[in-house]
Formats: sequence, C-alpha cells, structure tokens
Amino acid sequence: MKASPKKRSAKEILIDDQFCKGCNLCIEVCPRKVFGKGDKRSRAGYSMPQVLALGNCAACFLCEMTCPDLALTVVEGKK
Amino acid sequence: MHPLADKYIRKAGLPLIFCPGCGDGTVLNVFLRAVEEMGIFNDLALVGGIGCSGWLPTYLQSDVLHVLHGRAIPFASGLKLTDPRRKVVVFTGDGDCVGIGGNHLIHGARRNIDITVIMINNGIYGMTGGQVAPTTPLQGRTQTSPYGNLEFPFDVCELAWSAGATYVARWTAAHPIQLLKTIKDGIEHRGFSFIEVMAQCPTQAGRYIEGSSNPGELLGLLKKRAVSLEKAKGASPEELAGKFIVGKLHHLSGKKEFSQAIYESFAEEKIR
Repeated sequence: MKASPKKRSAKEILIDDQFCKGCNLCIEVCPRKVFGKGDKRSRAGYSMPQVLALGNCAACFLCEMTCPDLALTVVEGKK
Repeated sequence: MHPLADKYIRKAGLPLIFCPGCGDGTVLNVFLRAVEEMGIFNDLALVGGIGCSGWLPTYLQSDVLHVLHGRAIPFASGLKLTDPRRKVVVFTGDGDCVGIGGNHLIHGARRNIDITVIMINNGIYGMTGGQVAPTTPLQGRTQTSPYGNLEFPFDVCELAWSAGATYVARWTAAHPIQLLKTIKDGIEHRGFSFIEVMAQCPTQAGRYIEGSSNPGELLGLLKKRAVSLEKAKGASPEELAGKFIVGKLHHLSGKKEFSQAIYESFAEEKIR
C-alpha cells in the first residue's frame, strides 16, 4: 500500500530527564498510545514515561504542546 | 529540553516551580509557540501578578514585571501608555485577577486598552494552601470551606465582556492547539483581550474539590466539561449545569483603543 504524501511520522521522541516531573500527561493526551509508564527515574527522582511505539506517532505535537515542563521534543521525519 | 525553551527561557530559573502536571506549564509552552510563530519576542513586555501563574513570565528572557498582588493590569496599562508599540501580555490567576484585582480588571476592560490578559483559572488559591476563591465551584470543598462552598462562582468571561473587553475567549489546558490560535488572535487584536484558560491544579483543587490528584484524570474532566459554542446554543440550562462554554465568546473590532486615543489627544493639544 502506498503511503499518502500527507502522512507524517516522528524520527525520535526525546524526554529530558533533567526537567521531566513524571506527570504522565503525555500518556493521557496521545491519541495513538505512543507512550507508556516507564521504570527510568528522572534526575529529580520522578518516574518518567517511556516511548513504547514510535511507529504509531503521527507527529501531531499534542504531547509536546501539553508537556508542562517543556521536557518533551518530537523530531519529525522518517525513522 | 525543547529547542524553543532553549531559545527563550531564562536558564537560571529552571526547573519550573510548578507541581507535576500543573496546567500553567502548558500555557507557558503554548505561549512560547505563539511568540515564535508571530516573531514578536523583542517587542514583548510581560507582567505577572502574584500566584502560581504570576511566575510564568519570569521564566522568559524578555522584559518582565512581577508586581503587587492583583495590580498586574494597572502596571500593564502604564507600560502600554509609555510606548504603545509594545506588545503587553499579562499573566494572572483567578485569585489575582478576580479576587484581589477584580476592580482593576473591570476598569482595564472599560478603557479598552490594548493589552492581552491571560487568566489561568484553577478554581482555588493554589499557592497559599488551597483557600476558597471567587471561582471555586458551588459545593467545592477547600481548606476554608470544609463543608462545601456556598458562594456562587464568577463567570469571568461574562464579567470582562460586560465591562467592555473587545476580545473574550475561553479554552482549557486540554485544548493547546485552539489556545495557541486564540493567544495569537488576542495579541494581534487592538483592544482589551481577555483569555481565560481553565487549568488543572492536581495539588490543591484536584485533591480537595475533584477528589483526584492525577493530572491526566483532571485533564479528562476539563475536556468533558468544556462545551463548544455551537453545542451550547441548542443546550438547555440543565445540560450546561457544571459545565463551561469554550471558544471565542466575543470579538468586536473598531472600538476606540485607549493608548491610541490618548496619543491622538496629545497631538490635538499641540495644534491648539
């Protein structure tokens, strides 16, 4: 199946462990369930979310815009 | 760290003081995007009141005033009058804007001075320990209303509209894309722009009023309670009970702007 030219995807999703406070809002707002709870701790000791399914990401930037600590970056592009 | 934050944020203040999952951070995030898209960073003059949301402008590397409790709008009016080319944006909370500074809000709106007021409404005095605010919902349990709040809450958008504001909009922290467009519209609009952002407060309002301190759950509640303008038109009052209308509630262009009027009056004086 040929992909439509408008289809967007993310190359990588970066979560900064210096600023993440583990509120898990990114898990909540993502319509495609890209994120999940993780085991890794941020530098302040909060339990950070992790990227589970990068392939599902449509680069809508909802998580990036909602992140209250500006810790999340979605890099658009082909993987 | 996000590249935008790297560009505009004062590093010495980081990390942000907000509790995990606070809606204020979302507003800062969206505001940075609006500034980037409009390219107005060098013209910005920001004013913050007292409260959690009053801290927002202090993180930006632009001109910032962090002023007396409730007096953010008078300071912003002064800033605008000294140089009308400035883009003045006020960050204030519900307690600061309506509780302590309610009088200043209505007089700023009455003058129709070209400032943009972004009021973040979490329905409680969050920073001082969770006291009852003028926007606390009816029967909301807080530290100073342990048997339920008996006072009716303010509809601040209606107040600003009736006082003479020419751009009134309301969104929530769960609608970042719409909020981005509204902030851009509000800054571009020549006149008093009032933008109310309903935000979650997991630490105080969430825990005591809603009974949950999970930010995701609170965001879902906000989304559920938000009714769009189109849907609200056909809805009965019973359906709208406990909910709030989101969208661009009022937009009037053509009303005389205060700083422009004052500078025009100076020119007339000179001629005489």
